[in-house]
Amino acid sequence: MRYAETGFNLEIDLTRGNIERVATDPKDTELYLGGLGTNAKIIWDRVPPEVEPFSPDNLLIFGAGLLCGTPATGCNRTIVTTISPQTKLMAFSMMGGFFAPELKYAGYDKVIFRGKSPDLVYLWINNDKVEIRDASHLKGKGAVETAEIIKKELKEPKAQVAAIGLAGENRVFFASVEQGRSSASRGGMGAVMGDKGLKAIVVRGTKDINLARPAEFMELCNDVMEYIKFRNDNPIPGVMPILAGLGSPQEMKVHDEKWHTENFMWGNSRTRRKDFWNKEIAAEWMNTMDGMRKRLISCYNCPMTCGATIQPPGLPTYMMKCFTKLTYTMAAMSDLEFGLGIAQSATEYGVDGFSAPQVMAFALELYEAGILTDEDFPGMPSDNNGRFYWLLDRIVRREGIGDILANGTYWAAKEIGNGAEAYAHNNIKKHEQLPLKLSMLNPIYFLMYCTGEKINITQIEGQFPQAPFATKEEREEFVKDWFQVPDEKFKQIFLDWEFRGEKSLPLYPTVQMCCDIVDWQERMHYIDDALGMCAGLSSFPLKPPYHIHNYPKFISSGAGIDMDEAKLTQAAKRYRTLVRANNIRRGLRRKDEKPPEDHWKKRFPELEKELLDTYYKFKGWNDQGIPTKESLHELGLDFVSEDFVKRGILTDSQEASPKETPSKKEKE
Amino acid sequence: MAEKKKKTIKTIKINVDKCNGCRACELICSAFHAAPKYSSNNPARSRIRVIREPLSDIYVPVYAGEYAVAECAGRDKYTIDGKEYDECAFCRASCPSRGEFKEPDSGLPLKCDMCEGEEEPLCVKWCTVDALTCEEREEEVEEDVKMEDIEIGMASMVDRYGLQKVMDTVARMSKKA
Ligand code: SF4
Ligand code: SF4
Repeated sequence: MRYAETGFNLEIDLTRGNIERVATDPKDTELYLGGLGTNAKIIWDRVPPEVEPFSPDNLLIFGAGLLCGTPATGCNRTIVTTISPQTKLMAFSMMGGFFAPELKYAGYDKVIFRGKSPDLVYLWINNDKVEIRDASHLKGKGAVETAEIIKKELKEPKAQVAAIGLAGENRVFFASVEQGRSSASRGGMGAVMGDKGLKAIVVRGTKDINLARPAEFMELCNDVMEYIKFRNDNPIPGVMPILAGLGSPQEMKVHDEKWHTENFMWGNSRTRRKDFWNKEIAAEWMNTMDGMRKRLISCYNCPMTCGATIQPPGLPTYMMKCFTKLTYTMAAMSDLEFGLGIAQSATEYGVDGFSAPQVMAFALELYEAGILTDEDFPGMPSDNNGRFYWLLDRIVRREGIGDILANGTYWAAKEIGNGAEAYAHNNIKKHEQLPLKLSMLNPIYFLMYCTGEKINITQIEGQFPQAPFATKEEREEFVKDWFQVPDEKFKQIFLDWEFRGEKSLPLYPTVQMCCDIVDWQERMHYIDDALGMCAGLSSFPLKPPYHIHNYPKFISSGAGIDMDEAKLTQAAKRYRTLVRANNIRRGLRRKDEKPPEDHWKKRFPELEKELLDTYYKFKGWNDQGIPTKESLHELGLDFVSEDFVKRGILTDSQEASPKETPSKKEKE
Repeated sequence: MAEKKKKTIKTIKINVDKCNGCRACELICSAFHAAPKYSSNNPARSRIRVIREPLSDIYVPVYAGEYAVAECAGRDKYTIDGKEYDECAFCRASCPSRGEFKEPDSGLPLKCDMCEGEEEPLCVKWCTVDALTCEEREEEVEEDVKMEDIEIGMASMVDRYGLQKVMDTVARMSKKA
């Protein structure tokens, strides 16, 4: 019997309308766990670098994490994986909510789509009965609307629906897949889904998920629940409210607008408004939020209520989480009422809440700079709020200038030319980042920004405090019950870290220490993404209930796979390297691994070079960021080095050859 | 005079305002009732069901009650505070008219047993946001029911079937007992 996982994937060929239920190899689970890990292996095996994002040969994978559907609190992530039209790299985006457990209960660990359907369809998975159904009546419908219509027509109120809106249908590069209170937004998953002619995936499952050693597993679950209660009662002192507690950033619950509006950038990640906040705004925004927020809501099997149902006056209700609360508001230099209102349209259209507002602000900057002119914006209203609604509409319909903007700031700037590229200033690997500009280089964040293949900093950071604490007493207090560290040395690093003097940024933590810190933070995120755990209970917040010490026990008692810390670390390293291998094959090199030029004012080129050199070595990569033969061998990934040699990425004799084969050159 | 007897009554208090729709209660109920205990879980086997319609802000945990051989002659449909609930939404019965509270494979009826043997029902324990809480109280109940209550009932039977038939039935039942 298979434990925690079901042992079956669904293979859907949309071109031929073929549906197959395929047993998976338990060996793969041992090597790559599940979720992102096994997704990365499938991409490696079946999607060579010649395959373009919008080719029928590109795969779109919905993978439930290994422990989804078990009683482990907060383990509900679906890891959506494909080749991104925006970055042209392997992209993965996690969604919470209820989809992954339902898929498991239906008897599948993953749904893998290939090909393209000639007509718009949706997939209906009802336990063993799986069918591709016509979706022509859903064309142009909103993502939330679509879910409601489908549940009604199937008479299945308990089915879970992941759907795209107009943006996905029109292959907007930053289109999302929406699913109830959650979404897979980053990397253009929705665009690939639309390209495949797939409007929605609907699933209902009523089968069992088994545990290998139930008593042991339940004890671990109970400990986690107790610890969550403890952390809820004891927020971490001295850090801002959204970092003090657990869960996805508690943007729906906490009124932290002052901090974000004064520290993050407005417009096209451009303007800092240090004295923005005042009593009137506080009262007004509080009023807006409290008036529109109907209820705080959770994902499957989790008490944290990180999302909310929002009901803007006169508009349909929708669900929201995280920082989308402010991204539209700040991009448009507007107020919260506007932000929550336009987010309703954006959710129905299905666009990423980070990229979409920045793209629109970018367009208006180009307009002000005279690079785009009135001719590009026929009929655009003159007020700022109106302009944003107008632009959003053009983008999701790919009309006029919207057709260019729909490719994101990087590609749009290239196409517009005439100096536009300087305005696409907030990208890493061609993808829009948090609107954040800071002063002093932080070497830890430098490494995370450069080498992250999750592309989004919130999906890389966590565990280690973002800044030193002011006093020694506070630091000592903090490390006292910091048992989540994989090694005691992290406590000392933190204890010694100061705001000023010798042991302060950018020279402290030292280069070696930074490597260790980054590696730990990244490892935890990668483990979460294989197990399907919400980062909000694990890799993202300080002092989380899940950590490197209890995870191996969850895996062995849950899935029945022998696991300890070393083995888990090795597995995470294995599929993390496989993600990189996929991208190296697609042309990713050192030149791509850099933060936005203006992310920090004070930069240190020599230190930065040393950081990257040392980190690459630490990871077992050569100076181009390519995993070496030795390190691949050690991970059991010889098939990767063989492929690299065949493609001339690595050579038989020497370690590295920086040259790229023509097939991997970006088509720009 | 009727004798007084002590009886423990367990009440699960359901505060729908606090429910966030996570369905942890369903999950843990099904895990607890698996054989062996916790060896599997499947919310479709749960003896508590969360009626959950986020867009209408409807969240109602309902417990499985008695098995009903036949469905009701009519249906009920509630509207509360402008929210329209589905037909039979609040009913606890495992009944032929619907799929709720039945084992998904065998169709056998399910019934909440307050997690016999546990300190508190597990749905309550796992609902850490306190949408579900449990209260126990001792109540004194009268053993005997007042005679007039029985008489009213009997009179209606006699009206319907005639005195002789009722007497025969009582005689037969007492023989069996
Ligand atoms: S912590 Fe928040 S985002 Fe994470 S699973 Fe729980 S409710 Fe969902
Ligand atoms: S566990 Fe509590 S909050 Fe969650 S669905 Fe059940 S009653 Fe609602």
